[in-house]
Amino acid sequence: MKIGAALCVLLLSVIAVHAAEIATADRKSGFEFMGRDTQAMQTDDTSNPGMLNVLDGGALWERPEGADKKACASCHGDASQRMKGVAARYPAFDATAGQVVDLGQRINLCRRDHQKAPELAYESRDLLALSAFVARQSRGQPIAIADDARSANALMQGRKLFNERMGQLNLSCAICHDDNWGQKLGGTSIPQGHPNGYPLYRLEWQAMGSLQRRLRNCMIGMRAEPFSYGSSEFIALELFLMQRAQGMAMESPAVRP
Amino acid sequence: MARALINVPQQAKPGEIIEIKALISHPMETGFRVGHNGQLIPRDIVQTFICTYDGEEIFKADYSPAIAANPFISFFTRATKSGDIVLTWRGDNGFEASETVHIQVA
Repeated sequence: MKIGAALCVLLLSVIAVHAAEIATADRKSGFEFMGRDTQAMQTDDTSNPGMLNVLDGGALWERPEGADKKACASCHGDASQRMKGVAARYPAFDATAGQVVDLGQRINLCRRDHQKAPELAYESRDLLALSAFVARQSRGQPIAIADDARSANALMQGRKLFNERMGQLNLSCAICHDDNWGQKLGGTSIPQGHPNGYPLYRLEWQAMGSLQRRLRNCMIGMRAEPFSYGSSEFIALELFLMQRAQGMAMESPAVRP
Repeated sequence: MARALINVPQQAKPGEIIEIKALISHPMETGFRVGHNGQLIPRDIVQTFICTYDGEEIFKADYSPAIAANPFISFFTRATKSGDIVLTWRGDNGFEASETVHIQVA
């Protein structure tokens, strides 16, 4: 009897943690939860406002910066060839930094070490533009997070944060995006929360924004204190989200309501 | 110079109806929002958009503060002759941006 009850509790706790993960075949990009008008806006490059930032990023790619007067293009050359699929692999472990870094931090490492230029602030126009330009080169490419033992800890932390209840509303990411996707929250669809279009143009922001800005939005909505930009918690969450969306096609720069 | 994305067909048959689509980067600050210091953020919007086709004005729009940032506009016209299609935006603080596309009608 006692063993039965204990087994029951054990089973329930296992179900509570693992029951809801989305099967690979059921995964859907946020694109599929949008109205047709917003979809059309994203698909046509001349109506996608994110492309304005991509153009800005293309100009920055060519512009010599820092003490060495080197542009991104001086080393990397033609972005359409050399940057293809790169954004789909980040966040990734970086040997020089000795930690997992996301695309924005990788760009800043390049600026610091190779261009000898000041780092760009998180969520600044220039960093978003460069990230968007690099991510644009991966459009249509599958998300391909490497199976790297050095980023295993961050991945584990990210998974934990995703499933952990937080804030005054006592919600976790998983409660909405694993268990209740496709339902409505305040009249809008709850998507599965895949990070395959960042940085993206959000109509609510009327601007481009990073995945971390979006995560801060969700945390504020949960009445939790958001992590700060570039914190290890956010990098871990980003890594877990990308790994969760492994194989899905990149859409950057996406448009979302 | 503000960035703009223009979509106009480069070639058309005489009499064909063509769609002109244009998107410009602009903050479209309404003038009704309050900044961190408690002061109103001054209005900064695009006020007018004008399209000329071979020198002749074919479309004009007045913009208002309720229009979102990076305004997109799309309209139709009939391709009559080869010439330049010039799109011009003017707004607050002396904002002016212009883009020219040549259309071949044959």
